Amino acid sequence: MLRLLWLIPAIPFLSALLLAVFGSRFSRMTVAGLGVGSIAGSAVISILTAVAFNGSYTQSLWVWIHVGGFRPEIAFRLDALSLVMTLVVTFVGFLIHLYSAEFMLGDEGYSRFFAYMNLFVACMVTLLLADNLLLLYLGWEGVGLCSYLLIGFWYQDPANGRAGQKAFVVTRVGDTAMAIGLYLIFHSLGTLRIEDVLREAAARWPAGSSYAIAASALLLGGAVGKSAQLPLQTWLPDAMAGPTPTSALIHAATMVTAGVYLIARTHVLFQLAPPVMLAVAIIGAATLLMAGFSALTQDDIKRVLAYSTISQIGYMFLALGVGAWGAAIFHFMTHAFFKALLFLAAGIVIEALHHEHNIFRMGGLRRELPIAFWTFLIGGCALAGLPLVTAGFYSKDLILWSARTSAAGGVELWVAGLAGVVLTSLYTFRLIFLVFFGELRTPVSKRPGWAMRIPVSVLAILAIIGGFIGGSFTRFLATSLPAFPEPAAPGITEAAAGSIAAIAFFLGLAAAWLLYLKHPELSAAMAANATGRALHRFWFADWGMDWLYDRVFVRPLTAITFINRRDAIDSLYNGLARLATLGYRALSWTETGKLRWYAAGIAGGTALFIAIALFL
Amino acid sequence: MATVPLRDGLILSGVLFALGLVGLLVRRNMIFILMSIEVMLNASGLAFVVAGARWQQPDGQVVFLFILAMAAAEVSVGLALVLELYHQYKSLDVDAASRMKG
Repeated sequence: MLRLLWLIPAIPFLSALLLAVFGSRFSRMTVAGLGVGSIAGSAVISILTAVAFNGSYTQSLWVWIHVGGFRPEIAFRLDALSLVMTLVVTFVGFLIHLYSAEFMLGDEGYSRFFAYMNLFVACMVTLLLADNLLLLYLGWEGVGLCSYLLIGFWYQDPANGRAGQKAFVVTRVGDTAMAIGLYLIFHSLGTLRIEDVLREAAARWPAGSSYAIAASALLLGGAVGKSAQLPLQTWLPDAMAGPTPTSALIHAATMVTAGVYLIARTHVLFQLAPPVMLAVAIIGAATLLMAGFSALTQDDIKRVLAYSTISQIGYMFLALGVGAWGAAIFHFMTHAFFKALLFLAAGIVIEALHHEHNIFRMGGLRRELPIAFWTFLIGGCALAGLPLVTAGFYSKDLILWSARTSAAGGVELWVAGLAGVVLTSLYTFRLIFLVFFGELRTPVSKRPGWAMRIPVSVLAILAIIGGFIGGSFTRFLATSLPAFPEPAAPGITEAAAGSIAAIAFFLGLAAAWLLYLKHPELSAAMAANATGRALHRFWFADWGMDWLYDRVFVRPLTAITFINRRDAIDSLYNGLARLATLGYRALSWTETGKLRWYAAGIAGGTALFIAIALFL
Repeated sequence: MATVPLRDGLILSGVLFALGLVGLLVRRNMIFILMSIEVMLNASGLAFVVAGARWQQPDGQVVFLFILAMAAAEVSVGLALVLELYHQYKSLDVDAASRMKG
């Protein structure tokens, strides 16, 4: 069964190819069957490989490039980490594809959509299963491409195209850092096979050496770009321009967590570089707080979810930074379930209200769209971490506990995480209260069919039960990631830490209830005074990051290009071309067509050459 | 038999060649151009003959025979072209046939 491993990326890739070439000739039924069926096939095969899995397995297909000592292969490697990620990606991917089959039905670009989505899954699985960093990079760029294509899916609106470009360019900044990191690793260690890189690095680089720090910092750059962490997080909220299933699959559940996967995959390098580990933790803590505040002020339902994604990935980075690798991957899994669920439920709401995104024009949908309400409620509770019941609580609690007790962590990081819990709970329930409670503001026009109900129901179940497997999950992961060391003398018991996290959750819930359900005038009053308004504007604009980047990078660059709009270097080549044109004109002028003129030319030329031969 | 001095022969040949060249360049009638070419060919033939006499070798006269043969061929082709051009342009003016230009 393990020998079928290569089929997991191959099937979606083939299907994407078929859809891209023949998609316009297929009927919608065929397109949906191919698009959804291919991912179902991948999911089944990944389950089959999971059943047969024992320890680790490498499948080498062929040598990709052979230049000197550089010999990367097209090879897939299955271990506990990549197995878990692949299972989640294919399974959640399948559910989202099923949902899209109905959600996108009325769209002109139906086959194009499935071609992109299938290509995305193929690239994502390649990224996860890659045996060497070069193949991983191929998948990494592939998912970036699909992200770009899908954000700008409705290309008739130039704003969507711009959002796609922004996502592409901003992640490119991180990708460039990552590419340099790969050169550095190859230059120093002479290989890009992940296993060999980790072994060689541990053997050759002493802890804290400059090579280890540089390599891991550059990889961190790539991870920060892809996972939308500080300071490259600005692209993700704009990426919500894409279709909702895209946001669920790419910009919530899978691609944006690729950075987490990269760091977990190359964890040895990070362990060798304690300052970078600390940076990872601090980036995570800062991002989760900043994005949490921004989420509080947004009025677009998808943008709230986008900021919450940034914030939740911040938790994963926090966990990675304190060395709790298993906790990060655990949170990745639960996050994939509940965030995909939230996006899909939000998609139902948006479609029911004629593509209305503004939460202040929603309301009272509790009775109108019960399926959306209950699933969104479950997803929201999991996101905010409703104690004991939901998956999100267990994974987040594990992260908070690790941040508190790890040698690399500390009370500050723990407090930041707790503040994040309050914020998460506050903005999540703000969203739920505004959208589903109160009076009906926009009439409901469309109710979801079974292809949309089933995925959200399954994800809702997973968002609850996904957390109960925590202990065995991290034990399973310990075969490929170092286990989190049990703290010798924690300053706080696990139960007490969990209770504090639960209190934080209820604090946020109570505040949201008070501000948005019981006394809405209170929140209006808070936003009305001068400081409130300024803060609101500041957070609404993502702490002015876009404004800052616009002033610091975009404007100077456009100014420089404006100055050089005639292109100094180009004008050199244009000058050469003009010189050649001039010469050609002069020569063609001598071609008069008059025979005697030519004869005179021959005679004169001969005389000239004879004169040169005689007198010089 | 007194031989003509080489210098005089070559001067005569040069003068003839120059006359032919000038005729070629200034006349527009194609028949006259052909005649001028004939003059130039004979001028060069004369130079060969004079040189052959100077070194007492038959080669100069042999080459002159070649030139004669070539001139005959040239004239036959040239006259055919002239006839064809006359047919086309109803004129013997060489400048009338100047459409092939850059």
